[in-house]
Amino acid sequence: MMINAFAKQVGIGLIAGISLACQTVYADDGKLLATGAVTSIEGSGGGGIVPWATTASYAEEGEWGVTVNANFADVEDFQLGVQSLNFTYDNRVEVSFAQQRLGLNTIGGDLKQDIFGVKVRLAGDLVYGDMPQLSVGLQHKRNQTYGLPAAVGAQDDSGTDFYFSAAKAWLAGPLDRTWVANYTLRATKANQLGLLGFGGDKNDSYDYVSEASLGMFVNRYWLVGVEYRQKPDNLGFAKEYDWRDVFVGWFPTKSVALVVAYVDLKSIAGLPDQTGAYASLQVSF
Amino acid sequence: MKFLQMTLMSFVLLLASAGAHASSLYQELGEKQGIDDLMATFVLEIAEDERVIEHFENADIDRFHRMISLHVCELVGGPCTYDGANMIEVHTGMGITRTEFNAIVENLIDAMEQHEIPVSAQNQLLDILADFHGEIVGR
Repeated sequence: MMINAFAKQVGIGLIAGISLACQTVYADDGKLLATGAVTSIEGSGGGGIVPWATTASYAEEGEWGVTVNANFADVEDFQLGVQSLNFTYDNRVEVSFAQQRLGLNTIGGDLKQDIFGVKVRLAGDLVYGDMPQLSVGLQHKRNQTYGLPAAVGAQDDSGTDFYFSAAKAWLAGPLDRTWVANYTLRATKANQLGLLGFGGDKNDSYDYVSEASLGMFVNRYWLVGVEYRQKPDNLGFAKEYDWRDVFVGWFPTKSVALVVAYVDLKSIAGLPDQTGAYASLQVSF
Repeated sequence: MKFLQMTLMSFVLLLASAGAHASSLYQELGEKQGIDDLMATFVLEIAEDERVIEHFENADIDRFHRMISLHVCELVGGPCTYDGANMIEVHTGMGITRTEFNAIVENLIDAMEQHEIPVSAQNQLLDILADFHGEIVGR
């Protein structure tokens, strides 16, 4: 209850912050189109299911950026809804807040959690020079519903993921198209993103998982690609599987980005064949 | 074995075609005249861009156009010789920011779009010019 109230306050604070930011900050868009990428399901700037080394928004050196985002995934027995806010400064630091809700169509009810994220660019650049853009980040996750996670063997209702990401774009890669690749190494105890709690009866220590994305810009505005995300497997009641997706991203302007994807989440909580559609909308200020 | 040979063959062909790029990019940009025209549009785009115009206020625009056209012509494998100062010398003291560099890139993209340069040629030219980022920004 305490946590819930705290999260609500932070949420209100962020919303107050964003309306302020909208009035005072505008057109801080020194980065090139699409180099802010989009917003992942955990609120961090990235692809769809993988956080990237890129910082969200188009804020370059000395500039502020704000993005708001909504994600929605609809697979066989579940629906995932995410809303997030993301602040960036200096093309260097990213602070994010996301709320996730997983609707359990077949089982009934829902699972919710809040995610507080921080990411810092350490070195390198996505576009220029030889060195990839290198970033480290964390995602602190707090369950808002813990009955089901506890019942299936989760050990904790909160947890923190730590990750390292490297991203690089090739302006004229194969087929003379611009390509972008990202690799993320994550240390995590989260079951199904954390929606099923943290740690489990089978394993209660951190696992290192690999996550990767590869995309090709067909032209300046359209990006097609694939993503893969390894998952830990901590709960005895059902095996947790890796996730993957193929996506199409559209960047008509620096203000808006839209992504649609086909996701394959394998089996979740023992329910097989969780494939379906994913959509994400991001607005940048 | 056959597969390996085929793979090697295609790899060699790929390398060969990559090597041949430089001159074909020159042709794709419309050779000397095409590059001159493209750079004229590029210079006009810059002149209308409030984000960067301050750096060009005292510039001799005709000379800038001539020199950048020559430089690009040489860089894309054309029969030109750029005899101007190197990029570090030209930009020292200007304090070009990353944002301003990106603004110039956007001006070039706009110019290339107006001239209906194919995306593949656009990317090759951007790739060549992006290498100067380190020599131009923050000097």
